Amino acid sequence: MADTMHAGDGQTRRDFIYLAGAAMGGVGAAAALWPFIHSLNPAADTLALATIEVDLAPIQPGQAIKAMWRGKPVFIRNRTQEEIDTARAVPTAELIDPQPDQARVKEGKDNWLVLVGVCTHLGCIPLGTSSGESKGDFGGWFCPCHGSHYDTSGRIRKGPAPLNLPVPEYAFLTDTRVKIG
Amino acid sequence: MAHAPQSNFENPVVNWIDQRLPIFTMMNKEYGSFPTPRNFNYFWNFGALAMFVLVTMIVSGIFLAMHYTNNTAMAFDSVERIMRDVNWGWMIRYIHANGASMFFIVVYIHIFRGIYYGSYKAPRELIWIFGVIILLLMMGTAFMGYVLPWGQMSFWGATVITNLFSAIPVVGESIVTLLWGGFSVDNPTLNRFFALHYLLPFVLLAVVVLHVAALHIAGSNNPLGIEPKGPQDTLPFHPYYTTKDIFGLTIFLIFFASFVFFAPNMLGHPDNYIPADPLVTPAHIVPEWYFLPFYAILRSITFSIGLPFTDVVLIDAKLGGVLAMFGSIAILFVLPWLDNSPVRSARFRPIFRWWVLLCLVPSFFMLGYAGGKPAEQPYVLIGQLGTVMYFAFFLLLPIIGRIEKPLPLPASIANPVLGGNAATAK
Ligand code: HEM
Ligand code: FES
Repeated sequence: MADTMHAGDGQTRRDFIYLAGAAMGGVGAAAALWPFIHSLNPAADTLALATIEVDLAPIQPGQAIKAMWRGKPVFIRNRTQEEIDTARAVPTAELIDPQPDQARVKEGKDNWLVLVGVCTHLGCIPLGTSSGESKGDFGGWFCPCHGSHYDTSGRIRKGPAPLNLPVPEYAFLTDTRVKIG
Repeated sequence: MAHAPQSNFENPVVNWIDQRLPIFTMMNKEYGSFPTPRNFNYFWNFGALAMFVLVTMIVSGIFLAMHYTNNTAMAFDSVERIMRDVNWGWMIRYIHANGASMFFIVVYIHIFRGIYYGSYKAPRELIWIFGVIILLLMMGTAFMGYVLPWGQMSFWGATVITNLFSAIPVVGESIVTLLWGGFSVDNPTLNRFFALHYLLPFVLLAVVVLHVAALHIAGSNNPLGIEPKGPQDTLPFHPYYTTKDIFGLTIFLIFFASFVFFAPNMLGHPDNYIPADPLVTPAHIVPEWYFLPFYAILRSITFSIGLPFTDVVLIDAKLGGVLAMFGSIAILFVLPWLDNSPVRSARFRPIFRWWVLLCLVPSFFMLGYAGGKPAEQPYVLIGQLGTVMYFAFFLLLPIIGRIEKPLPLPASIANPVLGGNAATAK
């Protein structure tokens, strides 16, 4: 075995082969693992269900509806002028997740607020869409799970949720029809 | 034939097998003549009870799985069918649902026993660590099992708990999508939870085998916390402790059966008899009772942790809650090294004893109480106090170990049990 030993440095070619072999095996194992992990991610048919269209005509000012999109509710609210004004009167800097109301609606359609109705804390559905439900301290939504209050722009104002209710990607097809997703 | 044992069983078939695979010799060594401290009290019944409940869960679960339908459109109805139409289905399901609660009652008492009598100390640290892994596996299994009937609490519990992972910076959202297999808790989530709910109990069983194997190397601890010094300190496991375990099991079964037959839904939540509705969150979501203390820890972090005197937030409230909750279990792993006192049993540790009974135990009950209440005052405050007490219990142990003056230990187990001259009695 003299030719495989480099006298003195304590390392052998065999050590190198062990290391290289283990490294190759490790890379192979990691590569083989990925398809299994990725198989748990959303499948093609789940991704394909990703758009819906909603008719806005029946929603009166001051009313809101829930539509189902990707397995979660989307809140669509026809806001009154007063609600828009209160949302815009708050200085942005005072907000937990600062964002002006204008950035959360489409220009010229300022009354229509479209939100993913999932609390950004731990995913409950906030109350306030159906009439008679608590709208929280800021007139928007209230999440009963751990007490998050959202305002008339769907922005987080009080409670443990860190972020505003997200605005999904959507477009007006006509004045009374939107496509979400 | 280097290892062929000298089998001496009367039954020739047993003998024949034993010479080829010495399982009977092993059983006899580990559960027959196994020398066991003679001074066990009833706290030492709970390991055997936990084993019994695990087997009960696996057997009842397999029978449920033969009738259960693992699809969001049918899961709820299939469980109702088990309740109404399947012969004895109601009993099997009530055994399984209440069995989960029994499992946690038994294991929490088992863990308390370990803490009070210092069973986690050398040379039993590894036994303790396997035990904490078992606790984690139990929690995972029970959580996923509760999702299967696809009621309102199933759905919303799953939503809230999986969303905990979204608190992880950067990759959190992707992890949640990966867990769900979609954009919300839905059919793919239910399918994988069922697969895992079936698998994990068997993983748990394997860890139990390691837990017990390690126990049989070190031997059991006992209420005095001192090692047996000779045969006068021990009894053979059979018939002494087999009898005692069977007696304990009988009492336990009366307790268990009284829930199954007389109060089968007392420990559950009525909202789980409402089919899951992804558009309506129940007004008050609570996990199963055995998770309440940990849920309270999660909710008691209502503030962000940042650099002092700046607006820089290092850990927001959401992440802080998640870290505290996982930390409350993780801290159990290092308990053997936090507690540096050489004395095991709390009987001989005047400070530690009251520290367990007046800090740890009340904190657990306070947290359990607060976790079941809505997130309002005074419950939030009770939860926060409980959280502080719970962590303080562990984190102050190194100081207690240093300042405490333990009482003198008896010379041997036989000594206090049999009286002064017992060491020479046999
Ligand atoms: C560590 C052991 C186990 C624990 C702690 C556990 C826990 C649970 C819990 C809490 C439920 C919900 C009960 C309810 O409210 O309806 C459940 C349901 C279920 N479990 Fe398990 N389980 C265990 C083992 C197993 C095993 C080994 C199987 C089967 C192979 C199984 C199959 C099922 C099925 C099919 C259901 C749905 C039916 C139902 O909800 O009653 N479980 N489990
Ligand atoms: S999920 Fe809404 S406040 Fe926690």
